[in-house]
Parts: sequence; C-alpha cells; structure tokens
Amino acid sequence: MIKLLRFLKTYKKESILAPLFKMLEASFELLVPVVMAYIIDVGIVNQDKTMIFRMGGVLILLGLIGLICSITAQYYSAKAAVGFAAKLRHALFSHMQSLSYNEIDQIGTATMIARLTSDINQLQAGVNMVLRLFLRSPFIVLGAMIMAFTIDVKEALIFVLVIPVLSVVIYGIMFLTIPKYKKVQQNLDQVLSITRENLSGARVIRAFNMESQEMERFHEKNDQLMKMQLHVGKISALMNPITYIIVNLGLIALIYTGALQVGKGILTQGQVIALVNYMSQILVELIKLANLIVTVTKAVACGNRVQAVFEIESTMKEEGTKSVVKTQDCVVFDHVSFAYGNAKEEAVSDISFSTKPGDIIGIIGGTGCGKSTIINLIPRFYDVTGGNVKLYGKDIREYKIAELREKIGVVPQKATLFRGSIRKNMKWGNELASDEQIIKALEIAQAKEFVFANEKGLEYKIAQGGKNLSGGQKQRLTIARALVKQPEILILDDSASALDFATEAKLRRELSEMQDKQTIFIVSQRVSSIQHADKILVLDDGKLVGIGTHEQLLLDCSIYQEIYESQQNNH
Amino acid sequence: MKKGTIKKILFYLKRYWISILLSVLLAAGTVISTLYIPILTGAAIDGILGEGSVSFDIIFPVLWKIGILVFITAICQWLLNICNNYITYHVINDIRRKAFDKLEQLPLKYIDRNGQGEIVSRVVADVDQFADGLLMGFTQFFSGILMIVGTICFMLSVNMTITFVVVLITPLSLCVAAFIAKKTYVMFRHQSETRAEITTHIDEMIGNQKVITAFSHQEKSLEEFDEMNTRLETASLQATFFSSITNPATRFVNALVYAGVGLVGAYQVIHGRISVGQLSCFLTYANQYTKPFNEISGVITELQNAIACAERIFALIEEKPQQPDADHAKDDLKAEGKIELSHVAFSYTKEKELIRDFNLCVTPGQRVAIVGPTGCGKTTMINLLMRFYDVTQGSIQIDGYNLFNITRRNLRENYGMVLQDTWLKTGTIRENITLGKPDATQEEIIEAAKAAHAHGFIKRLPDGYDTQITEDGGNLSQGQKQLLCISRVMLCLPPMLILDEATSSIDTRTEIKIQKAFGVLMKGRTSFIVAHRLSTITEADVILVMKDGAIIEQGKHEELLRQNGFYAHLYNSQFAV
Repeated sequence: MIKLLRFLKTYKKESILAPLFKMLEASFELLVPVVMAYIIDVGIVNQDKTMIFRMGGVLILLGLIGLICSITAQYYSAKAAVGFAAKLRHALFSHMQSLSYNEIDQIGTATMIARLTSDINQLQAGVNMVLRLFLRSPFIVLGAMIMAFTIDVKEALIFVLVIPVLSVVIYGIMFLTIPKYKKVQQNLDQVLSITRENLSGARVIRAFNMESQEMERFHEKNDQLMKMQLHVGKISALMNPITYIIVNLGLIALIYTGALQVGKGILTQGQVIALVNYMSQILVELIKLANLIVTVTKAVACGNRVQAVFEIESTMKEEGTKSVVKTQDCVVFDHVSFAYGNAKEEAVSDISFSTKPGDIIGIIGGTGCGKSTIINLIPRFYDVTGGNVKLYGKDIREYKIAELREKIGVVPQKATLFRGSIRKNMKWGNELASDEQIIKALEIAQAKEFVFANEKGLEYKIAQGGKNLSGGQKQRLTIARALVKQPEILILDDSASALDFATEAKLRRELSEMQDKQTIFIVSQRVSSIQHADKILVLDDGKLVGIGTHEQLLLDCSIYQEIYESQQNNH
Repeated sequence: MKKGTIKKILFYLKRYWISILLSVLLAAGTVISTLYIPILTGAAIDGILGEGSVSFDIIFPVLWKIGILVFITAICQWLLNICNNYITYHVINDIRRKAFDKLEQLPLKYIDRNGQGEIVSRVVADVDQFADGLLMGFTQFFSGILMIVGTICFMLSVNMTITFVVVLITPLSLCVAAFIAKKTYVMFRHQSETRAEITTHIDEMIGNQKVITAFSHQEKSLEEFDEMNTRLETASLQATFFSSITNPATRFVNALVYAGVGLVGAYQVIHGRISVGQLSCFLTYANQYTKPFNEISGVITELQNAIACAERIFALIEEKPQQPDADHAKDDLKAEGKIELSHVAFSYTKEKELIRDFNLCVTPGQRVAIVGPTGCGKTTMINLLMRFYDVTQGSIQIDGYNLFNITRRNLRENYGMVLQDTWLKTGTIRENITLGKPDATQEEIIEAAKAAHAHGFIKRLPDGYDTQITEDGGNLSQGQKQLLCISRVMLCLPPMLILDEATSSIDTRTEIKIQKAFGVLMKGRTSFIVAHRLSTITEADVILVMKDGAIIEQGKHEELLRQNGFYAHLYNSQFAV
C-alpha cells in the first residue's frame, strides 16, 4: 500500500496543504468555547453590552474563517485524491497491458477489471478522507484536552481519564465487529452466488424439477445471513449507549469538581461551561475517527490488492534485435515442451516439426490435446518451457515482440470484436489499410456479402462484444481482420466452427487461392478442414503422434485413422 | 408510482407492527431524556455562581438525576438499535426470500430477456441498498424529527426569544444543503456517466487482453483510455469538491446559530430573563438542534435511493409468474413417447413469428433429428417440448394429453435433457450427477458415469466423485462438463430424451463412443437430437430439416440425400474443398 503513495508525489503541495488547512479550521473551532466563557464571565458579569456584541462578532468571524479554511482544505484534498486515482488508473491499465498471456491467465480478467474500477474508486475515497480528517480529529481531541489544561489542571485530569476509556470502548467495539462484518459479506456472497447459479441454470433446474430444493437452499443461506447481521448489529448497537454513559459520567465529574473549584475561586462559571463544551466535542470527533478507520482499512485492503497486481511482472523478456536472415525454413519447433503456469503436467511435450514458407499446416486432435497451445507458442503468447521455436532460422525470443507479431495474423477461437465501426475493427490489423484492402479481405473471409447487405456497409457500428452480429458473422470478421494485416503467417485456431460447411469450404478455397508465400496454420477438429494441407500434425494428449499428408497419415497413423473414421461413417 | 411503492413497503412492515410501535416509544423516550439532560446541567451550573456561592444542596440532587437519566437513556438507545435492526433485517429477509422464490416461478422468457447481471443486482445489491435506507430511515429520520420537535418544545419552555433566533436561522442550513445537493447532482451524474464509459472501455480491453496483445494494439487502447481518464479526473474533481462543501457550509450555519444564541442569550441574562445555566443549556441545544437537520437531508437522499431500489425489487416480485398448472392436470404420466404437434405457432416477440403451422407426429421410440442453419428454430422446438415456453397457437400432445393438461413437474420427469450450454451447480461431482435422482447408489452413479465415459477423468480428480466443483465448473474443461451432464441423464433413464448439441465440445473419437452409449439408451425411447455435425444424426429414424421456423424437408438420411435438396447440400459441403 505504502508503495502506491508514489502516485501522490505530483500532488505533494495539495497533500500537505489540505490537512494543514483542516487543522487551522479545527483551531478556530477550539477557540469558540473560550470566547463563550469570556462572554459569560466578563460580558454578563459586567453587564457590558458592547463587549458581548463584539464577542458575538468574533464568534461569527471565527465561523467564517473556519469556513474558508475548510473549503480550501476540501479543494486541495479533492484535487490530490482525484489526481492520485487518475495517475494510478493510468499506471495500472498500462501495466496490465504489458502482461503476457501467462500472467493474464494467472490473475483472471474479472479480477483485473475489479482492481481497475471499484478498488481504485475506494482508494480515491480513502485518500480523500484521510487528507481531510486523519489529522483533524486527533488534533481536536488533543486540542480540547490542552485547552482544558490551560483552564484548570485538576479539571483537565478528568479529560485525561475519559479520553482513553472512550477510545478503548469505540475501537474495541470496532475491532470486534470488523471481522464479523467480513462474515456478513461472505454470507451475502453466498446468497449472490446461489442467485446467479439459479439464473444461469434455470433450464436445467426446471428440467430436473429442482425448484423447491433450490428455494430451500436459498432460504437457509438467507436466514444465515440475517442471523449474522442481527448478531453483529447487537454488538455495534452498544457503541452509542456506552459512549453516551461515559461522556455524561465525565460531565457529572466535571460539574462536581468544577463546583468545588469555583467555590474556592479558582474557576469561573463560564469556564465550567467551556469545559462541558470541550467534552462533547471530543465525543463527536472520536466517533468520526472510528468511521474514518473503517474507511481507511477498506482502502488499505484495496491498495494492497492493486499493489499486488503491480508486483506481477511480465515474465516475457525482450532481447535481441539482430537483423533477420531469411532461410529456407519458416516456423520450426525443436523439441518444444510447455506447461501452463503452475501446472504439474506439461500441456505439450517434445514437439518437433518444420515448415516452409507457403505451406498450409493442419493441426488436428481431440479436446484438450494441445492444439491451441502449439499455436499460442508461435507468436510468443507464452514462452516455451523446454526446447525452442524458430522463425526463419532465428529463435523467436531473439525477435522484438512487436516485430514478431507484426509477421503473424491470429484468428483466435473466440471471435472477439470491439465497439466501433466495422472499418475501425478491420484497421486493427493495419492502421493504414485502404477501403479496397479491407473489402478484399472481407471478400476472402466470406464476409463481404453480409457487410454490404446492410446499407451502412463498413460504417456499421458493432456493439460491445459484437452482440449485434451472429456467431458466424463475427468469426468471418475476425478472419478478415487478420487478413487485413497481410501477415506472413496466418493462424486459424478452430476459427470456422460457427460457419456452416458450405461457407467454410468456400473460405478454404479462397484462402488457398490467395496465398502467395503465406504460411497458414489451420487448427480444427474436422478432418475435412485440414485434409488438403501440405502437412498435418496429429496430436494426442500433448504429444505429436503423426505428421504427414492426409494420405500418408491414413496409412500409418492409427489415431488419425480413428478420427477420420469417426467423421466418415455412413458416408 | 412512488406512493404505491411506499404502500408496498408498509405492507412488508405490517408483520412487525409490535416492534415498530416499540421502536417509536423507545425513540421518544431516548429523545425526551436526551433533551432533559441539558436542562439539568443548566440547573447544576446555576448552583455554581462564583467564589463562595456554590450551593451543593442544588448541585447534588441534580447530578444524581443526571446520572439516573443517563443510564435510562443509554438503555433506551440500546434497545432501540436492536429493535431497528430486528425490523430491518427481517423485512429484508422476507423480501429477498420472496424475490428468489419468484425467480423459480417466472417464465423463462423473463430470465432470457433480462440480463442475468441485472436480476442478480436486484436480489442482492438493490435489497442491500434498501436495507441501508430503511435502517437509516428508522434510526435517523424518525428520531431526527422527534429531536427537532422536542428541542423546540423544550426551548419554548425556557425562553421564547432565543427559541425564535434558533428557529429562524436553522432552516438556512437546510437551504444551503439543498442548494449544494441540487448543484452537485448534475456533477455526480456526469461523473457516473464518465465512470460508466471508462468501465465499458476497461471491460472490453482488459476482457480481451489476449486479442489486444496479438494485434500489438496496447498503445492505441492506452491512448483512448487516457483521454477518458482525463475527463473522469475533471468530472470527479468537480463532483467531489462541490459535494464536500456541504459539510463546512452547514457547519458555518451552525456557528451562526451558536453565535446568535450566545449574543441574544447574553442580553437575556443581563436583563435577568434567564440564568447562566439556562444559557449553557441553550448552547447545547443550538449544537444538537442543527445536527438532525443535517442528518435528515442526508437521509432523504438515502431514502429516495432506497425507494428507487424497492421499486425495482417490487417490479421483480410482481412480475407475472408462469401460468400455473391446470387444476386437474395429470400428475402421474409415464409417457410411452407418442408426441404430436399440430399447427404449432410460436414467437418470442410479437413482431416476428419464429415458428408457424408446425405439424409433426412422432411414434414411441422414434429417433428424431433436427438440423438446419443457425436461428432456424431448432432450440425453440426444444423449448416448446419441455414447456420452457408455451406455444402461441396450436397444440402439443404427449400420449394424447395436451401439454397444458399435464403438470410441468410430471412432464419434465419424462424427459432427459442434455444441452449445449453445460451448467453445473456448485457442489460435488456426485451431487451434480444425482441431480435428477438424489437417492442413487454409488454403483448406479459409477455405472452412469462409465456409460458417459466420464468415470475415467472423475477418478483422476483429487477427490474423485467428492471433488468440489467451483462456480460454473471453472476447474473442468468444456468437454468434461458435457460428459457430466450426459452422466446425469444416463442415471435417470427417463422415457424420452432431448439432446441439444449434446456432444459439441467433445472430440470426435470420444463422441463416437458416447453416441454408442446413447444408441443403447435411445432404444425404445423417443428422442430428439439437435446436432451441428451431420455425421452424428445419420442413423435417425426421421430427420427434420428446418429453415426459417418451418420444416422444409423430412425423411431418412438416404432419402434426403436422394432428394438432392437443402439437406444434401448441407451434408455434402462438409466434405468439399
């Protein structure tokens, strides 16, 4: 958390001035009871109306100066807090963008979004509160005590006694309840997850007639939540009554000893009233401080979570920039192994193959056999854990990452498009692409027809997540996007799964006609999608079990034969 | 509209009227004794006049009174808090329970149409917000008003003129607060709009980080982010700063009241109308009196918010439930599997008819496959058969009974269903498999899992059948989830089967094996199969080729190929280059 304070550096001036002005305001507030005591002891006793009038003016003046100081403080603290949040948000967003696939998998998208949004908002509120109140409240508590000492030492001793007792009660109750509130939150999370589960599984729950069981389950958790809330409520309900008792006992003591002191002529009536005033100011500030501590603990927790993300460094190192020597080989895998994150087992192991520029490579295999893993290693989305991947004879780790990815167009399994026009989405591949280039790419990807069926054509606005397009349309657009890039290597990761067979066949034909020296990797579960490739890699459980053309594999690879037959029976 | 909502809230409160009455009495007690203490303090101070003139005869009894009163107040306060908690949390519990129970009775149309996130936020976040508002309303709004009224009465009983000063100046604080609130409202709206905008951007960019990386698009997206971030900073600063003026401003009004009381009070003392002790009592009142005003203005926004939340929750609770089962609906049907659809029409929205004049007769034990392009109405057919949706016209009959004359429970018992969208509940693997048959023995479970080829991977999981599945099966692959869903059906052995893309995520070799298991299972059972891969349906007794909500071709695989129509085209294209 403390490390995050570096983002406040730009706002050093504001972060110092804000609490300073707050303290000024507090000092003026502390003077009020003294002025009032003066009115009573001098003004009233001497029946001096002009003096009383003047003192009334002083009271208003104190209020006015307090107002100005306070507003200045609020401005500086708002500026520092908001600026802090903006700087932090920028740094975090930029940091997240630098992470490699490995770290993204590890953190998870939902978590990253939460850190960037709600956590930073909480932090902003926390910083704002701290700047405004963290000095003010203790200052008033201490100040009131010191003022009491200036009036009378004996009376002040009552303050010395009351303040710690009050603090113990307030903070004791707080520390007792905070962990319980966490439990309440956990209970609430359970209620939330049951609700979510019942919505996403509405069909299955009804199909299996589980409605009443689910209701019972919910009622149980709901009751648990209520019991916990009532339990915590009971404890925190003690706070007000107990502090009330303590402060008023202090008051009784003040009046009693005050009366003794006045009787001896050491104190005046007005001073006793001033002391009573200080006592009630202390209570108000201690409670404010307690609320502040709750906000601060929350903010610190958020801060720690944000800092944890900052501490995750991209494991991908960028190295050499040696110029590229084109060799005969395009992509070469040399005894490559790879394991995800902390997984014990390797996702792929000991994979070796080589390709020539212009080859079409098919990759086939069952669910979870490592097809996509291999594909992800080529653009260095993950770093191999063993062996190496070479491109044009050079280890891909020796390329600049941007330079490497420049050469590769990837069409991922999940078709993802972004808000904005189709043209804007297409230009992701190439900022400078002309409309002709885009239309050409759309044509190859079998998307031209439906794009121009709409009168807006390339201007058609895609909604978030491409919600206004069908699955097949999205897939075709993502293929076109990769084509606009005119990459040297095109990777289609099961990218035609939502297309019907006729469209997929057309797409394949266009791709094979278009390519000049373009290397294409096609990942698929369908034999028909890859059977015409120059080279087919057959994967099973992370191992390469066959390599060759369709005809060769049919002869010598039993797994390929099985896959083929499973898709060909009855034909 | 709002009035209606408040009425409904009152309805939920009615059950707790005794507690509410108690709460009111306790609040009144607390307020009166809290207000009486400054008067006593004043009286005590009047006993302390100066050197040599301190009258302990006055002070002692007064201090005793204060002490007793303090304890009474504290106890009242404590009971009041507990009472308010009791009412609030019980009402919330009732509302949440009602909302959830409603979810289970709503037509699926509602759940499909409204975003899940939105419904969840109604049941959880809105209810929570409502709880906060309600609790604050009880604790602060009510006692606040009592406090104001009480203070005026107590002040009037001591001195008219000073009371007048206080009553005149205080509303100023309300005006200031209202003025600032009105000004800042626009700014807050602006801030939350900008915040929403940046959140959407974050959602999109971070959510698809992998694509961004693949296209080296980081810089561009950071640029866009920075532009929004700067705007958010400005909007945030305005909203934060202007709203934070409220406190100092009301504090200033407070200071004015205090100065006014001090000034006028001092004159009154000089003129002998009140004592110094009474003046000190007024000063305490002056401080206390403005506090509830400030609190109430805060509470009012909170209450408005709470009512808005309540409105949303009630909208959910009052949503029309699915049509209840008919009175004499059949409840013990053991279907043979004869299904007849006649002149069925259906539409999700009024404008667009999805299925029209659909006729079909399925004999017991028949295997029906449904194929066609996306959006042709395949899944809709399943929705109608299971009565997730009701037909808009025509009728569906099972064994001669109209679906409307069978209870939903009974109807669904007769189906085994595997959907493309695999859903697993949090719990163990075992709980998920036994969803349809909670009393199944271990042997039965294992047998079902074996039939679905799931036993192998389940065995390898850390705790086998007792392995916990995290929310939505995060720790399993899509294919494994589908195998579990299939095991579920293998265990129940219902008379009719519905397989909607049941093996789409499983590799073709495993699929063949499962198809075989299904083949055994389907023997003698009427079954409906929706599939993307045409190879999986060639053995069907009848293939329905659907397009735009109607059957365009119908027959066995070979017949359809011979017809050389739409089906033949679809089928052949999967082997073309």
